[in-house]
Amino acid sequence: MEFNGGQFTDDQIIRYSRHIILPEVGGKGQAMIASAKVFLIGAGGLGCPISYYLTAAGVGRIAIVDDDVVDLSNLQRQILHSTKTVGMPKVESAKAVLNALNPDVEIIAIKDRLTPQNILGFIKDYDIVIDGSDNFPTRYLVNDACVLANKPLSSGAVLRFEGQVTTIIPGEGHCYRCLFEEMPPEGLVPSCQEGGVLGVLPGIIGTLQAMEVLKLILGKGDVLKNTLLIYDALRTNFRKVRVPKNLDCPVCGENPTITALCSSYEANYCSA
Amino acid sequence: MEEIIPDKRIDIRGLKCPYTFVRSKLAIEQMNTGEVLEVLLNYPEASVSIPKSMQDHGQRVLSVDKINDTDWIILIRKERD
Ligand SMILES: [Zn+2]
Repeated sequence: MEFNGGQFTDDQIIRYSRHIILPEVGGKGQAMIASAKVFLIGAGGLGCPISYYLTAAGVGRIAIVDDDVVDLSNLQRQILHSTKTVGMPKVESAKAVLNALNPDVEIIAIKDRLTPQNILGFIKDYDIVIDGSDNFPTRYLVNDACVLANKPLSSGAVLRFEGQVTTIIPGEGHCYRCLFEEMPPEGLVPSCQEGGVLGVLPGIIGTLQAMEVLKLILGKGDVLKNTLLIYDALRTNFRKVRVPKNLDCPVCGENPTITALCSSYEANYCSA
Repeated sequence: MEEIIPDKRIDIRGLKCPYTFVRSKLAIEQMNTGEVLEVLLNYPEASVSIPKSMQDHGQRVLSVDKINDTDWIILIRKERD
């Protein structure tokens, strides 16, 4: 999206008027949003609300990577997809809705599996990475890649009635491995497919991630740096847990043992 | 009294709220601190709400004048970004 040196079109002024009138945003902030490039992993429960709101907000470029196709069982929570797009690649189903919402935003649909071999090439041209994946290997892969490439990362997770959000700023705050050094052994932690999730929950966590991303773009407010936000939907409770940077962290600590991406993150333990 | 010569003028007659403020805010954002913006408008509510909002945003409202049956001129000096 171009604003011709700060000039908005009449339609853009109307579309973004509720942003522009905020002292924290204004025309300058909206132009920052318009020039931001974000890389989103997953077009599922978290990825749908994240990309929906970031598209509405007018983020300049959003790349979405997902190798899955829409399944009927996704529709209880993955709000960009519909009964009509069952069987279609999720990134294509998502792109159609996002393009219809806001043609200002460039949506790049990548139907691919994220791997240690391709992730650094994917994220290098983006300002912020957003993890909306639903499995531990991807979460650790994305974390390590963002620390190594020095990219801010919004990470979210949901299971049953509980969600977690955190914002990782490499070099400034904690990373995911400071929090949980190693992946849990396979079979111990149920994946989302097995675990079940109340459909609204990824909507809440995903929109919190979208808000974190907009604040990162604008440089306003406090993000969840060194902090894990835990939402308990059954008890309607938000809890912030302080997560100090771990000086012995294997990837972002003082003497890291992970200095390049592991060849595979499918194995339970990756400590390079 | 010394006449104030605006550095920038916008004519937003025909616009309603919140676009009256949106346009005024976009105009003042692109000006330098200390410069004066003249806003010509005819939406009655905006003759009250723009001065208030500009003050809330830290700008200084120099004058609000009804210049004829339908139009107002507001002069605002930019005090901060
Ligand atoms: Zn770490």
